[in-house]
Amino acid sequence: MPTVTEILETMDYGPAPEASGEVMGWLKARGTFGHYIDGAFTKPAKTFPSADPATGAELAKVAQGSEKDVAAAVKAARAALPGWSKLPGHERAKWLYAIARHVQKRERFLSVLETLDNGKPIRESRDIDIPLVARHFYHHAGWAEMLEEEFPGAVPVGVCGQIIPWNFPLLMLAWKIAPALAAGNTVVLKPAEYTPLTALAFAEICAEIGLPKGVVNIVTGDGETGAALVGAEVDKVAFTGSTEVGRAIRKATAGTGKKLTLELGGKSPFVVFADADLDGAVEGVVDAIWFNQGQVCCAGSRILVQEGIAETFVTRLRARLAKLRTGDPLDKSTDIGAIVDPVQLARIRDIVAKGEAEGAVLHQAEGQLPATGCFFAPGFMTNVAPANIVSEVEIFGPVATLTTFRTPDEAVELANNTRYGLAASIWSENINLALDIAAKVKAGVVWVNATNIFDAGAGFGGYRESGFGREGGREGMREYLSGPVPRAKPETAPARLDAAPVPGAPSTGTAPIDRTAKLYIGGAQKRPDGGYSYAVTGKSGQIGLAGLGNRKDIRNAVEAAHKAGGWGRATGHNRAQVLYYLAENLAAREAEFTRRLKSAGTPKPAEEVAASIRRAFYYAAQADKFDGAVHATKSAHVTLAMPEPFGVIGIACPNDAPLLGFLSLVLPAIAMGNRVVAIPAQAMPLAATDLYQVFDTSDLPGGVVNIVTGARDELAKTLAGHDDVAAMWYCGSEDGARMVEAESAGNLKLTWCPPNRDWSGPGGQGRDFLLRATQVKNIWVPYGE
Amino acid sequence: MPEIHALPNIARNPGVPLQLDWFDQIAVNTPAAERRAATLTTRRTVKKEWQAAWLVNAVRCMDLTTLAGDDTPERVRRLCAKARSPLADHILDGLGLAGLTTGAVCVYPTLVSTAVKALDGTGVPVASVATGFPAGLMPLNLRLAEILYAVDHGADEIDIVITRAHVLDGNWSALYDEVAEMREACGAAHLKAILATGDLKTLRNVYKASMVAMQAGADFIKTSTGKEGVNATLPVSLVMARALRDYGARTGQKIGFKPAGGMKTAKDAIAWQILMKEELGDDWLKPDLFRLGASSMLADIERQLEHHLTGRYAASSRHAIA
Repeated sequence: MPTVTEILETMDYGPAPEASGEVMGWLKARGTFGHYIDGAFTKPAKTFPSADPATGAELAKVAQGSEKDVAAAVKAARAALPGWSKLPGHERAKWLYAIARHVQKRERFLSVLETLDNGKPIRESRDIDIPLVARHFYHHAGWAEMLEEEFPGAVPVGVCGQIIPWNFPLLMLAWKIAPALAAGNTVVLKPAEYTPLTALAFAEICAEIGLPKGVVNIVTGDGETGAALVGAEVDKVAFTGSTEVGRAIRKATAGTGKKLTLELGGKSPFVVFADADLDGAVEGVVDAIWFNQGQVCCAGSRILVQEGIAETFVTRLRARLAKLRTGDPLDKSTDIGAIVDPVQLARIRDIVAKGEAEGAVLHQAEGQLPATGCFFAPGFMTNVAPANIVSEVEIFGPVATLTTFRTPDEAVELANNTRYGLAASIWSENINLALDIAAKVKAGVVWVNATNIFDAGAGFGGYRESGFGREGGREGMREYLSGPVPRAKPETAPARLDAAPVPGAPSTGTAPIDRTAKLYIGGAQKRPDGGYSYAVTGKSGQIGLAGLGNRKDIRNAVEAAHKAGGWGRATGHNRAQVLYYLAENLAAREAEFTRRLKSAGTPKPAEEVAASIRRAFYYAAQADKFDGAVHATKSAHVTLAMPEPFGVIGIACPNDAPLLGFLSLVLPAIAMGNRVVAIPAQAMPLAATDLYQVFDTSDLPGGVVNIVTGARDELAKTLAGHDDVAAMWYCGSEDGARMVEAESAGNLKLTWCPPNRDWSGPGGQGRDFLLRATQVKNIWVPYGE
Repeated sequence: MPEIHALPNIARNPGVPLQLDWFDQIAVNTPAAERRAATLTTRRTVKKEWQAAWLVNAVRCMDLTTLAGDDTPERVRRLCAKARSPLADHILDGLGLAGLTTGAVCVYPTLVSTAVKALDGTGVPVASVATGFPAGLMPLNLRLAEILYAVDHGADEIDIVITRAHVLDGNWSALYDEVAEMREACGAAHLKAILATGDLKTLRNVYKASMVAMQAGADFIKTSTGKEGVNATLPVSLVMARALRDYGARTGQKIGFKPAGGMKTAKDAIAWQILMKEELGDDWLKPDLFRLGASSMLADIERQLEHHLTGRYAASSRHAIA
């Protein structure tokens, strides 16, 4: 050890290792872990090691979960469900409170264990991960307490299968388990195979507080175990991890009726305007991509800097990079710890090398990395073309890209030039500019002059291929609850379409003027691309022809819908005016629509038209009232939860109630600012095509509602598979729903397959439709002068 | 240990003409500055021998200060005795050190000659506050006369206070002229410009005042008099450090930094040194570019160092008071 005199010369920090004796003792005593099922640890059969990535040393052996293990865990959760879900909220709150307390009482133990297993610096596990875990359980103890009052009529989803990643092992466990338990669900959770140990310690905490058996079950294992859990008899699957696996889970759960939430990858923009606090923004990069070794799904990994300040920014970023300390994760002065596993390290090296080969320049922190262990020196890359692999692919390591922009418009364009949409960080001292960009960027979480700030009270989750569903706050609770589900009403399956002429009896009177129902695209009536029509049959034979739309019509309709983006930016008041006007014009044609429905043979035509008018009024009323919240998170932070429209929604309408069914789905979607491509009732599309003139006379901008008639499932398949459609609603057969959910995996659009119902009943309208029509963007604005 | 005394190696700051464009567009985001300040000490720590060394370093960078209405020559002599040997002999021996002194002593002008005499032969510089300390609301000619008085009595360093109103009103040329005249009055004595940041309120004001003071020729910029409602804080110090970094980048001139007031613990001493090392570099861990303006901090450091050596918690009553 150097002397004080020697240290006075160098003024080094010296080593400051966190003691790990307690944890190592625990690991040694346990040695091999079984699964935690039905309140007890199983005797492990096949095992695999969990290692410390900083040293490569084995920490413990854990069990490789088999299909049988998963089934046993699900069975235990199923058995525990009635008791747990029927507990009064206060009783569940007490259990969650006890978990929070015990996490707090074991905070250093859990921090050290997390750092050993994951490789993250002890500063982060100690100051960020574990405090957030405790906060999450406290917060959700509160939701359990208030559940009946805050979510009247809601019931738990049931048994939840939860699969979590290795980057924030215990925190992701908390994000999954706390809301599930608060809502009255029971869970089977699979931690990542690289980092199972804190989940097992958590299982011991559950046992320590005496949590009823079967409420929490932990099954360890790899991807196969995860796949078994997805395929097991669970009511919901909640997954956080890669977009690739998310896509596979989407396909695997298609048509199963399992509720699904996915929190996937990101390539989040970090936008620095010329008027930003540059030192603050540089420090923001440290908290963004040089946090947790860059293994953060919401990391600001694409730095976009305004041209005029780019040089200064790069200079300062390099200076800051030079100060980072990479090394022993247990050392209290370490900024960058170990990459979680050699496999990940190899992946990072590979992507960065490819990026360099494609012309990018890597700026990396100098200095010695530890001789052994999984370490990668932090850095950033310049000279990065938009098509460079490092621009597109999530590196999931401590390396950001840095490119420049000229104007705010270009910043938005670049920020949104990604398949992902998880988070964004915006740096400007101009509040007008910052909030404007926050509104325009496609991301579920936006931090203004900050980054990677989390709180249990705010929702977290992505747009686009970053997944769907939210974790945290009121938004997150909804994902673990089912509303009162209206009774499903089996619909009459549409007959096969016939494009051939249908000869009838010769007319005896004068000929009425022929009416032609075309498609409705971009506010204009368009002939179907294929040039075919199909016969629409009423109760007394053919009542008209409808266009037989095809994939190209869908393509054109989606394009038209995208062009009508101004609708989403209109005020709720303006949209309300259009919807009221629509009701007015519909009322003026009440007799005509009643006649149409009557000829179609619907049971109560006059009532259906009257209900349709009321529906338009209802969503007009909601258009400027269904709004967001300001979450209570951290002090001196405004956390805005803003419901935003998805953009373009595809809607396949029920065959029943050809007018009301159509409007019940289309109106809430457009009331919230979406544009829709709707496939009206296949057997009776004429009620919808009659609406063209209503739309035209109601000031509805062209492209807001596009209608393509034809074979529902065929058209729905094209819509569900369309990468530029953000959400898809499908009301039809079970097979159709399976198809839609499977096809949606391409761009991971949100799907909703509501069963057909009595559309004139209470299940035909309500806030649930509006929740489905919006995604919540949480905007964080720290303040203080 | 190597003898490092104040200001031997650093070329004096000649100043530059007032340059508004160096600071008038400055953006300082307060929450961001506060986040950085809050994590400085959670990202870095020093333990064992390193902690001891860093505490010793704080002592050699300390402006041991007494600035009270009841100061007397005897009180100042006692302070100077502590400055000459800030740690008990057994602690010094235990650490393997000799010849340790504080960075300077800091007193009122009328006590400068007492301090100079008491420190004769030690090489410990005497700093004097001046210019109507602490509020500075005196006619400029009297403030300049006060500087001349202190210099005349042997002060090596002059801690001046600025007219806060010039900052609050954005009257930069008035501020510049005032500091420039003070700098001239200082002659060979080094000028430390006290910004009284607690009165300036915003971090942008702190940055701007720092920049003007440096342009006008300040050798050091200093946070506080110790008499404002809020004295040295880490966010304010962070912004001042960044201002002097920026001034250095433009002029090549190294400017010193002195936080003062409100820092009482050994932990504070470590925190500010971490700030210096992280934001500015190791040069700012030496007394020619870094001073801690403190009075009671030394007693806590001495206790911590004794604990480091003996493993027993120490009592101040067993150490000589300042």
